[in-house]
Amino acid sequence: MKAAVIVFPGSNCDRDVAVALEASMGAKPLMVWHRDTQLPDLDLIVVPGGFSYGDYLRCGAMAAHSPIMREVKARAQGGTRVLGICNGFQILCESGLLPGVLMRNRDLRFICKDVYLRVENDRTDFCRYYRSGDVVRFPIAHAEGNYQVDPHTFREMEDNGQIAFRYADGDGKVSDATNPNGAMGNVAGVYNAKKTVLGLMPHPERLAEDLLGGIDGRLMFDSLVEALS
Amino acid sequence: MTQITPELLASHGIKPDEYQRILEIMGREPNLTELGIFSVMWSEHCSYKSSKKWLKTLPTTAPWVICGPGENAGIIDIGDGDAIVFKMESHNHPSFIEPYQGAATGVGGILRDVFTMGARPIANMNALRFGDPANPKTRHLVAGVVAGIGGYGNCVGVPTVGGETNFHKSYNGNILVNAMTVGLAAKDRIFYSAAAGVGNPVVYFGSKTGRDGIHGATMASAEFDEKSEEKRPTVQVGDPFTEKLLIEACLELMATDAIVAIQDMGAAGLTSSSFEMASKGGLGIEMDLDAVPMREEGMTPYEIMLSESQERMLMILKPGKEDLAKAIMDKWELDFAVVGILTDTGRMVLKRHGAVVADLPIDPLAQASPEYDRPWVSPAKAPVVHAEDVKLVEPTEALRKLVACPDLASKRWIYEQYDHMVMGDTVQRPGGDAAVVRIHGTDKAVAITTDCTPRYCQADPHEGGRQAVAEAYRNLCAVGALPMAVTDNLNFGNPEKPEIMGQIVEAIKGMGEACRELDFPVVSGNVSLYNETQGSAIQPTPAIGAVGLLPEVGKMATVAFKEAGNSIVLLGETKGWLGASLYLREICGREEGAPPPVALHREHRAGELVRQLIGDGMVRACHDVADGGLLVAVAEMCMAADGIIGAELDHPSTLPLHAWCFGEDQGRYVLEVRDDQVATVIEEAQEHDVAVRVIGRTGGFVISIGGRAIPVEELRSAHEGWLPAYMGGEMSGH
Repeated sequence: MKAAVIVFPGSNCDRDVAVALEASMGAKPLMVWHRDTQLPDLDLIVVPGGFSYGDYLRCGAMAAHSPIMREVKARAQGGTRVLGICNGFQILCESGLLPGVLMRNRDLRFICKDVYLRVENDRTDFCRYYRSGDVVRFPIAHAEGNYQVDPHTFREMEDNGQIAFRYADGDGKVSDATNPNGAMGNVAGVYNAKKTVLGLMPHPERLAEDLLGGIDGRLMFDSLVEALS
Repeated sequence: MTQITPELLASHGIKPDEYQRILEIMGREPNLTELGIFSVMWSEHCSYKSSKKWLKTLPTTAPWVICGPGENAGIIDIGDGDAIVFKMESHNHPSFIEPYQGAATGVGGILRDVFTMGARPIANMNALRFGDPANPKTRHLVAGVVAGIGGYGNCVGVPTVGGETNFHKSYNGNILVNAMTVGLAAKDRIFYSAAAGVGNPVVYFGSKTGRDGIHGATMASAEFDEKSEEKRPTVQVGDPFTEKLLIEACLELMATDAIVAIQDMGAAGLTSSSFEMASKGGLGIEMDLDAVPMREEGMTPYEIMLSESQERMLMILKPGKEDLAKAIMDKWELDFAVVGILTDTGRMVLKRHGAVVADLPIDPLAQASPEYDRPWVSPAKAPVVHAEDVKLVEPTEALRKLVACPDLASKRWIYEQYDHMVMGDTVQRPGGDAAVVRIHGTDKAVAITTDCTPRYCQADPHEGGRQAVAEAYRNLCAVGALPMAVTDNLNFGNPEKPEIMGQIVEAIKGMGEACRELDFPVVSGNVSLYNETQGSAIQPTPAIGAVGLLPEVGKMATVAFKEAGNSIVLLGETKGWLGASLYLREICGREEGAPPPVALHREHRAGELVRQLIGDGMVRACHDVADGGLLVAVAEMCMAADGIIGAELDHPSTLPLHAWCFGEDQGRYVLEVRDDQVATVIEEAQEHDVAVRVIGRTGGFVISIGGRAIPVEELRSAHEGWLPAYMGGEMSGH
């Protein structure tokens, strides 16, 4: 698998995801600066977490208009897999690669902690090593993770298997009590219609090593390597 | 020219005798810009004029110390060519006036101190003291400070991995916000601030200079009064996004060989950075203020020199490296300007619109700033409180109250607002004895803690100073780390009062004794005085930040009990010391008594023993015994467990039950040990001459002692519940 990580001014999870990718791929991903306009032949593009452009204006809004994103959009339309994590998810929504928006958390505070997610669709390149209904533990760290989309689109997304993960409890039960940010339908991550683009607020790269507390996140990178190699 | 009047001097915090000295140094009357420069350079905040004499008595060297106090931060050698750069610094006054920006810029400032030296910041910590929860301002200050620390640290992408938070009415009008940064550098790529090379360019980079924060250093050196909130414009505004760019740009430039010397612009901005660099190098600077990137039009030389706008740096470049440096700053979209040149005159000559607007000798300002031997008196010793004179409350009931009291209640509400995992090396998250952060790409790690028990320091600053250092030492040992060095953040009241000066002197003496005995040198620090509002001082708070080394991170210990059916072992002696304890304060409503004495030689032996046992894999869990005493320590180990693990405890008949459960005797640890290893642990303890006793077993769903029991779940909900409920406005304190 050939992978690249896009680096914006203010990205701060670019190294973390590169470390996780390397552990699964056995090779370092390419790091691409936001002012670049071309990408080489790739199987996976990762848009990492952080505070691109300081999150000024609106999270992800300015990054969505940076030079490299035109190329990322073109590749995504051509079928290259794209993974957006946290700020990367916000950027993919702002770019129009994914439906919906990410609003302020309902209690208005930044929140950093482990959460449980229920896997909603395992028939994608990102989730081969999970089973639908599985419960996985990923950390979240965001102030704007409250996913919202119009109800009509939401129903379509549900019918089309575009909901990737929902916030749940340790037994996989989804309820308002397990919703950390107010997201519609407890949604933690979504796919585009073709399931080639995934955006999610939780950070799989942060639990990809036993010493850090678990490897649930590593399985996502292993899935991608398996699917795209 | 502005007339120098007594009122003008007073508004600049310059005392009459100091002004006489200024006249001698200048040989003439200074102009306003020059006076402003003297004022900030000689402020307590920049000059340490009241504390210098005593700070010099602290031990600052060891074979592993690369750089002690005097630079931007302290540096220690952790082997394999790696160095750890760290420091703690206060931002107390600004945080009280404007909690979000005050705390945020506190984090920004301490980060710059560390990356200025060539280190990538790898962890932030913070030690916070707020007023009585019942005080109407406290909730707003907690919310603002926590949001400010998070807002800044989260954005720059440095994990905030731990700290401590206390509440006490003495901080009602003077909260303390002490922020610490730990960075990682290559031992042979460290950058210092001493200017060198006459003719070399003096370069400004980072953000533009605005009118914010003018006279922040002077404000931080005065008592508060009812008008202090009018000083809000002197609080700076932080931009963490620019700081993140500055970190990356600095580290990229530092990887080249362009830089001679570098210094961040902290308190007193362009003034202190330029004077310190020139003074350390024994040189002069000629600076053209027109070249300084400015945010506003029409700024005067006074404003340019005294601005405390954030995210700015000053450096001396090697000749001909300007284009290389500028290209890197352009990439990161930062301002860059050659603002001056190094001279051999030993003078700071400032020009604006072609005219000389200030001409000052550098050394008398920077190095020969006043040093006072202020009068001091030792505080009277508080009497020893005997256990038989303390009310006996049923221990499980007292425990339930203690784990939910403001000082001991879970601080999850705070640390969940901090990104404590970014950078992917946080191996031990907040909530344990010390945070553990792996050195990226290796198997070793640093352990980090901040500690101070202000109520002990109030009762006896000397013993309190010893205890703050000893507790930091203990917290590092408790995760299995070898304690290496200390940064101190000394927060006190007005040093012009002999009884306050006495607290400062005694606390520093106590700290020095502990640091010497424990091989734990002080490598950096910061002093914050005048923490008084309307004549009422804070409890003396010499906060200690400390760093230890774990050679094999996989062997570290954590506080959480791991499984049922193991032995609970207590190391160290228990005499049942209830004076100045949390039991006495929270359960009996008495703030009195001498604090528990610290036996440093025993502390050293117990620390060695604990590290050895952890390294040998004899320990399933480890926790030091601190605030609240033994029963609280055991309860914290139960509450930290994954799932529910209770504890069945016995107690000796020789001590009253409350003294055994809640006495705060020092130098103790609780271990969880597998039954087949208990004999070895006891043997090792005896060999190290450390008192040892099996006090119970893990298991069940309750903590039981003396025929009473309380469910772990009940404790957990009390412990976790207090802070969210308080911040949600559900209660007005305790």
